[in-house]
Amino acid sequence: MFMRHETIEKNVILMVVLTLITVSIGGLVQIIPLFTIETTIERVDGMRPYTPLELLGRNIYVREGCYTCHSQQIRPFKDEVERYGHYSLAAESMYDKPFQWGSKRTGPDLARVGGRYSNDWHVAHLVSPRAVVPESIMPAYPALAERKLEYADIAQHLKAMRAAGTPYSDEMIANARADLLAQADPDADPTALLKRYPRAVVGKANGQAEGLTEMDALVAYLQMLGTLVSFGDLPPERLRQ
Amino acid sequence: MSSLAVARADHRGPRYVEDVIRAAVVLTMFWGVVAFLAGVVIAAQLVWPQLSFDSQYLTFGRLRPLHTSAAIFAFGGTALIGTAFHVVQRTCRARLFGGAPLGWFVLLGYQFFIVTAAASYLLGITQSKEYAEPEWFIDLWLTIVWVAYLVAYLGTVLKREEPHIYVANWFYLAFIITIAMLHIVNNLAVPVSITGSKSYGAWSGVQDAMIQWWYGHNAVGFFLTAAFLGMMYYYIPKAANRPIYSYRLSIIHFWSLVFLYIWAGPHHLHYTSLPDWAQTLGMVFSVMLWMPSWGGMINGLMTLSGAWDKLRTDPGLRFSVTAVGFYGMATFEGPVMSIKAVNSLSHYTDWTIGHVHSGALGWVAFIVFGTLYYLTPKMWNRPAMWSVRLISWHYWIATLGIVLYITAMWVSGIMQGLMWRAYDELGFLQYSFVETVAAMQPFYMIRLLGGLFFLSGGLIMAYNMWRTIRGEVSASAVAAPRAIAA
Repeated sequence: MFMRHETIEKNVILMVVLTLITVSIGGLVQIIPLFTIETTIERVDGMRPYTPLELLGRNIYVREGCYTCHSQQIRPFKDEVERYGHYSLAAESMYDKPFQWGSKRTGPDLARVGGRYSNDWHVAHLVSPRAVVPESIMPAYPALAERKLEYADIAQHLKAMRAAGTPYSDEMIANARADLLAQADPDADPTALLKRYPRAVVGKANGQAEGLTEMDALVAYLQMLGTLVSFGDLPPERLRQ
Repeated sequence: MSSLAVARADHRGPRYVEDVIRAAVVLTMFWGVVAFLAGVVIAAQLVWPQLSFDSQYLTFGRLRPLHTSAAIFAFGGTALIGTAFHVVQRTCRARLFGGAPLGWFVLLGYQFFIVTAAASYLLGITQSKEYAEPEWFIDLWLTIVWVAYLVAYLGTVLKREEPHIYVANWFYLAFIITIAMLHIVNNLAVPVSITGSKSYGAWSGVQDAMIQWWYGHNAVGFFLTAAFLGMMYYYIPKAANRPIYSYRLSIIHFWSLVFLYIWAGPHHLHYTSLPDWAQTLGMVFSVMLWMPSWGGMINGLMTLSGAWDKLRTDPGLRFSVTAVGFYGMATFEGPVMSIKAVNSLSHYTDWTIGHVHSGALGWVAFIVFGTLYYLTPKMWNRPAMWSVRLISWHYWIATLGIVLYITAMWVSGIMQGLMWRAYDELGFLQYSFVETVAAMQPFYMIRLLGGLFFLSGGLIMAYNMWRTIRGEVSASAVAAPRAIAA
């Protein structure tokens, strides 16, 4: 064996090819079945792509690196389920680009933070965390409440998501701007929005500011986290992977 | 043959490209100090969160990627480019393929990547994938630079005058090839607009998680391990003036390491929505990885046999050998943490942060320090470093810094993990989340102190390097070895 290893040591192209094969195997075995085994993503009802407002809110979450301190992944342990809610399903992040499961909980898990606190709480907490939770070590984000949300190219965002595999329909893309405005306007008629995006929560989080701010989008995103799947009427076999 | 190749290669060779290496040495030192400083700043922010000054540019969320990228890609990557060019020319007895122009393109192109990435994080331009934060346009640029790096490296090996390819080159090559594969697959994305920075990745949800940690763990496995093992296989034999302990072990070490590492990614996703079969595979292969890792450690340490006395007189070598020791410790701790039962406690806590730093500070930074202490006088034709005593100071202050850092993180990590799962006698969760945050504060202060020690060591080294490059001769260069021996 070691005699023959000399052949590799004297032929760099052979060495490169063999190395490439060796390092490819593990990844191929672990990744490809996740696309081909249908039960990888549980067959649950309720999942839908993000509304335009939620999507922009999510982009702010990504931009600020919230994942460096907050996970979005509840493990199937008694204490986690009691603290945060039902354990996370693969289905619940199926439209997440990128996934935000995180790797560190300097702050609490956020996978099911949606609906747990009021909009006012979120705004006050993001502007000044220690005014709400004295022991918190989270940075303050006062700028979010003032910065205007940029949404002129919202349809482009949905198109890019679709090109990358998210099932946004033509109708959703055509109405992206209207849906975004409708979700943040408590006086608008939400019927069309809710037909396209069931369970979307309508409302303007940052009531003080005129026009749409980044705060409105971010809170809209936080308030929907973990709320799409109803676990009450879910037969256990549907959760099997 | 291995020792022979090394021994002969240095004797007399073609005119090597050396300006690029000298520049890389200085840049590595610079980025090291930047990375340590960034680490100290964000460690301080976790104790005093007011230190983000309510600025959107200085939040932990934006600075943490700056710190990790500065450490891994700027400090580690620049060291790897510089040493790769040094090792490949010497062990192949061939001038760098593409000469100085290609060498400069790789080094400066890579620096441009670093600066662009760092600026983008502060501006909030990020993919938010750990260690793969740069957006699509920066990724494209890095791909070009990386191909040039591969061409320069492979081209040099192809025109070598040594019949055998020395073992250090196997590791550097595996690193360059594998990082290219991981980088491309993990970063596939659709830009929102060709003139904008935002993109959406090709993968989503559970598949994205798997691909990200296939990338992420092998950024550790190939960037921070295989490549630095290449460094170990050249610079430790050189500094100790001994051949590699076992040539056979290096063969087994190489192939088993590159085969097994790539499977270990799912241990970052234990008990998540990743299907169980993938988690189990990740765990089993992570535990197996212990063996080649320790094979490498043994090969590195035993190279010192017959030359252990050098540790007393050559504090630069002491860095390299301690690095291998930390490598052995971190690659034992890693498999333990990848066992699901252990991981259920350690995951999401500071234990992971401590583990990473015993690898990043103890292994990566120390082997780089050892290498730079060897390389600096060689590259500038100085008899030795300006001050041997300062190397010794650096060694002890940095080691103490690491010890403070990792012990603080062990305690805080295990404590927080236990607090999360603690129940009171009535069957309720005993602690609210924020109580566990408050309990971390003393340990975050100790960690900050450890980081300050490590940063101080880096500054001492930078000063020593500057005096050496200026060509000054210090009285302590003569006096110090005796002082240390005594």
